[in-house]
Amino acid sequence: MSDTEKPNAKNVIEVRGLVTHYGTRQILNGVDVDINEGEIMVIMGGSGSGKSTFLRHLMALQRPTSGVIKILGQDVWKLPQKKLFELRKKLGVTFQGGALFSSMTVGENIMLPLYEHTKLDRLTMQIMARMKLEVVDLAGFEDLMPSELSGGMVKRAAEARAVIMDPRILFFDEPSAGLDPVVSSQLDDLILRLRDAMGMTICVVTHELESAFKIADRITVLDKGSILFTGTVEELRNHPSDRIQNLLNRRSEEAEIDADEYLRRLTGDKEEAEGMPR
Amino acid sequence: MVEGSHQNLAARFFEKVGRICVSALEEMGRHGVMIGESFHWLFLGPGMNQPVRLGAVFTEMMEIGVRAIGIIGIMAAAIGAMLAIQGIYSLKIFGAEGHVVVGVAFSMVREFAPLITGILVAGRSGSALSARLGTMKINQELDALEVMGINPVRFLVVPSLLASLVMVPVLTFMSMVLGLYAAALYVNTALGMSMAAFFDQTIDVLSVDDLIHGLSKAAIFGVLFALIGVLNGFLVKGGAEGVGKATTRSVVQCISAIVVTDMLFALVATL
Ligand SMILES: Nc1ncnc2c1ncn2[C@@H]1O[C@H](COP(=O)(O)OP(=O)(O)O)[C@@H](O)[C@H]1O
Ligand SMILES: [Mg+2]
Repeated sequence: MSDTEKPNAKNVIEVRGLVTHYGTRQILNGVDVDINEGEIMVIMGGSGSGKSTFLRHLMALQRPTSGVIKILGQDVWKLPQKKLFELRKKLGVTFQGGALFSSMTVGENIMLPLYEHTKLDRLTMQIMARMKLEVVDLAGFEDLMPSELSGGMVKRAAEARAVIMDPRILFFDEPSAGLDPVVSSQLDDLILRLRDAMGMTICVVTHELESAFKIADRITVLDKGSILFTGTVEELRNHPSDRIQNLLNRRSEEAEIDADEYLRRLTGDKEEAEGMPR
Repeated sequence: MVEGSHQNLAARFFEKVGRICVSALEEMGRHGVMIGESFHWLFLGPGMNQPVRLGAVFTEMMEIGVRAIGIIGIMAAAIGAMLAIQGIYSLKIFGAEGHVVVGVAFSMVREFAPLITGILVAGRSGSALSARLGTMKINQELDALEVMGINPVRFLVVPSLLASLVMVPVLTFMSMVLGLYAAALYVNTALGMSMAAFFDQTIDVLSVDDLIHGLSKAAIFGVLFALIGVLNGFLVKGGAEGVGKATTRSVVQCISAIVVTDMLFALVATL
């Protein structure tokens, strides 16, 4: 059991040398990250830098080319299937578009994990769902279909679903994408509240600086598939590197485009983009 | 120069044929894997707290089967009548109209009922299955299921597979009965043969084997169309357009698979 029990109580997620490809294109080139218990880790980076891909690895949705991913002390790709299912019950996710099941009502969406994983009676499940909806300010919307909600409401309902099983670790992909500033700020508050109220470890992917600075305990900056920086908000602000300062000040990076890359784009030498292995 | 371009052309032709063969094999492999996985979850799922829900199977049965009764019934009756009309018309040449029952009974039970049911179900539910799973895939709903610890094959695929395995034969049986009934009605008006006599003769000429032949074909069609629908849905890439493409692809593949299987089945069964 020594291998499967958490060897380091503080270390909830441990990633070592993560390399991944889509087809022949390398997306992540050896990423190392540690996420500690109870912290909010924000993963930043430009569009297409591999943030979502990285997050999929952290949730054990995608098998890496090489590298080790340990969640709660367990090497996820060495676990037998049954253990992996058990592990996944301790994770909650809000995907970029919410990913609510469009054929179910909001209430049914939120109750689905309870229905599948517990033997609670329906009334208890309904009460639990209502409590979580209360947390995200959506009480009373149980009977609506996802298509009847606004973008911000979909995200919040998805959050309620993500926390219904009281997960140890919560993941967010672009919580503020496509939302107006007020709503996205409310979502940030919600994320902070979830950590404080439930003591969860939270990992947020975003490209919004403002939001990142507001919620992060630590920030990891991904760039072209490698880690540019890991540290606290203060450390990031005061970092001497030009590249990071450019990123912070939103300075255009067009001058930095790699000559090879540019040429390849012009000549249209596209590699086959293969579907990801299931 | 000319020689070279010929060689080039030949090479490209063979390359293309090779590619098509490889992708066809790959596709068959995927179907095999999907069947394997479905069995895995059906039998081993409960041990992992991942049981296949009967409720989901019934919902699918409703969708695949019960909602299709109307249209399939009408089509089956039309085909039954058509067989009777055509049969009497051609048998008249030999003055053997009385034997029309034999032709109608065999073709309806062995061929037309499974075929028309299969094609209609494929058009209705094969495409719907692809569209639904494809949309779920691009909305990351499949990922969401996976992270929740709910296996998508167990949760979505097995119920559809079981439902169509049961419902396509049931619908086929209904088609047989309705088709024969419509034929009997026509024969009754055209030749004055009583309905009772028609069905007596039908039962005389048909053996249990014929019935099993028709129904087992229907079961195979059911599995085929569910697999094709599901796989095309799972493999969707690239947004709403991808879903549209998958849906079209799914219907075309379903119908081709059904017709080809039917032909092979007929070939083997009449050897
Ligand atoms: N399923 C996929 N198949 C092929 N390439 C992909 C797939 N998903 C993402 N990519 C590519 O991988 C790179 C990183 O994507 P992603 O992780 O979504 O970046 P981000 O979330 O930072 O915008 C992009 O160049 C994208 O085109
Ligand atoms: Mg992304």
